Amino acid sequence: MVAAPEPRPLVWVDRVSKHFGEGEARVDALREVSIDIYPGQVVALLGPSGSGKTTLLNVIGCILDPSSGSMELDGEKVLESGHWTRSNLRQLRLDKIGFIFQAHNLIPFLDATDNVALVLQLAGADATTARSRAMELLDYLEVGHRRSAMPAKLSGGEAQRVAIARALANRPRIILADEPTAALDSKRAGIVMDLLRKVAVDQEAAIIAVTHDEKIFDRFDRIFSLRDGRLDEGGAVTS
Amino acid sequence: MNLAYRDIRHSLGRFLLTCVGLGLLLGVVLAMIGIYRGLVVDALTIARAPAVDLWVVEANTRGPFAEASRIPGDIREAVARMADVTAAGSITYQTVEIEHGGDKLRLYVIGYELTRPGGPPQIAEGREIARSHYEMVADKSAGLTLGDRIRLGRHVFTVVGLTRHQVNSGGDPAVYITLPDAQKLQFDLAPPAARVELARGTGGSSRDTVNAVVARLHANASPEAVADTVHRWKHLSAITQEAQEFILTRSLVDRARRQIGLFTSLLLVVSAVIIALIIYTMTMEKLKQIATLKLIGAPDRTIIGMIVQQALALGFIGFAIGAALIVNIKDYFPRRVVLEPDNVMILGLIVFAVCLVASGLGVRAALKVDPATALGG
Ligand SMILES: Nc1ncnc2c1ncn2[C@@H]1O[C@H](COP(=O)(O)OP(=O)(O)OP(=O)(O)O)[C@@H](O)[C@H]1O
Ligand SMILES: [Mg+2]
Repeated sequence: MVAAPEPRPLVWVDRVSKHFGEGEARVDALREVSIDIYPGQVVALLGPSGSGKTTLLNVIGCILDPSSGSMELDGEKVLESGHWTRSNLRQLRLDKIGFIFQAHNLIPFLDATDNVALVLQLAGADATTARSRAMELLDYLEVGHRRSAMPAKLSGGEAQRVAIARALANRPRIILADEPTAALDSKRAGIVMDLLRKVAVDQEAAIIAVTHDEKIFDRFDRIFSLRDGRLDEGGAVTS
Repeated sequence: MNLAYRDIRHSLGRFLLTCVGLGLLLGVVLAMIGIYRGLVVDALTIARAPAVDLWVVEANTRGPFAEASRIPGDIREAVARMADVTAAGSITYQTVEIEHGGDKLRLYVIGYELTRPGGPPQIAEGREIARSHYEMVADKSAGLTLGDRIRLGRHVFTVVGLTRHQVNSGGDPAVYITLPDAQKLQFDLAPPAARVELARGTGGSSRDTVNAVVARLHANASPEAVADTVHRWKHLSAITQEAQEFILTRSLVDRARRQIGLFTSLLLVVSAVIIALIIYTMTMEKLKQIATLKLIGAPDRTIIGMIVQQALALGFIGFAIGAALIVNIKDYFPRRVVLEPDNVMILGLIVFAVCLVASGLGVRAALKVDPATALGG
């Protein structure tokens, strides 16, 4: 069930550390974390609360400055000894990274279609193309029938699928998900995981998902666990 | 897609309610500006009505409005004979209080010579005074109608014509009667002792006194030069129209003007603070969405655009509501509210600027938002 590793990892993290505060108040959220993830892999990130899972996702998503370490995303060097080597991280996020949140975080004043179309337009698609691609995606995620609904009118599972459609819109090769199934029942959680697997295969993407949900552990190719900022592969499947 | 518009459409009722609230506030600001302008215009109305270049008044006074002035009626002939003077007329001004229809009515009675400068500038209804006695032209603001019969002193006058917006600096409506009628009225209303003196012709004054003589000059004559000549007659002062208007705005209504001016500035500051608060709050409510937008890769200009556009829409709609409100109710104010397009435009520009500055505050807050806050956990 493990996809054959390519020679080049999609996500390559080398001895990244991150600490918050200094002196007495210093918290080491990540300690020399190294990880490499290949196209097609669906990876779980486990660990007790406060172990640094969100911090690691934020660093890989280029929204948090690490204290030290190096990083390559999709073959491009983005971090070298704790310093960003690429200036436009926003464009990088837009092109390469999709985020799925625990709370769906849809824009409340846009309907389902436009929530997805927005990221397509931000990436340069014209309005018509964006909308039709958005509708395709919603169909693909089986929420096409709710395409004109406002987020407040969607059920938790529907909203989460719209959010996934949005994360997938620009065909990112790296998808970061922070507890994507926490708000869903186990049946819905299974559907979402199947979807992510499908995306990983179809788009040759890497998917990193933080989860506490033991029911879905068997759906991951690899499982990493964090404890006090240190990462181990395999690790305890209890958090 | 336009995020500002989508957000507004999504919570349209609330946005419009905010606009109406802001509109009422801006309406009050506009009303104050209008009242302020109205005060100045009212102060000048009576002085502008005769359309003259020179006011001849009692020596060492700044009459007839700012200070009392009494001069002999025959001065008019002397003034009329001067070089450069094309027309001259005697005028009296007095405030009387009468009973009319059970109400007290304060009137500003202007006596003028029928064929000379000093009469009503424009008749809105009816006609000018045609007979030399007991006819009057009244301002509409007095609430009189054509044909009304009004007792002034010992005589009953018939309203034959109506003017519009002719009030003195205190807001009392003007009524025009002939000079002889006005002089008789002044005599009738004078204290008994003075009346006895006047009747005897003693005490140095006669019944033929007026408050001012007004004069029109040739188009290319210098009012200052003519005023100088008059001045040299010692017992008289002469004030050019320009100086008269200056006296009226600077000394007569100056305090009221400053009072309202200060209050208007305060209102403007309050409005600015409220606009800033509204826009700041609007932004703070969207911080989570802004973080999400940043996270999914929206450029700063998309976010700035959303905030600034909403701020401007709020300001524009609020201002339009306020302006529409005041334009529609301004004539119901007891005193004149004058809204010149330039006043309205300047307030519009101020609101525009305030909105921009206020959205600057919101933008600052929005740009500081860490996209990571969207992830949570
Ligand atoms: N902005 C910050 N400032 C200071 N300390 C922080 C900050 N963000 C995280 N931390 C600390 O870093 C450590 C790791 O936090 P992180 O959010 O990555 O944990 P987590 O594994 O995601 O926990 P949870 O399962 O509760 O979401 C925690 O001790 C946390 O208190
Ligand atoms: Mg977390």
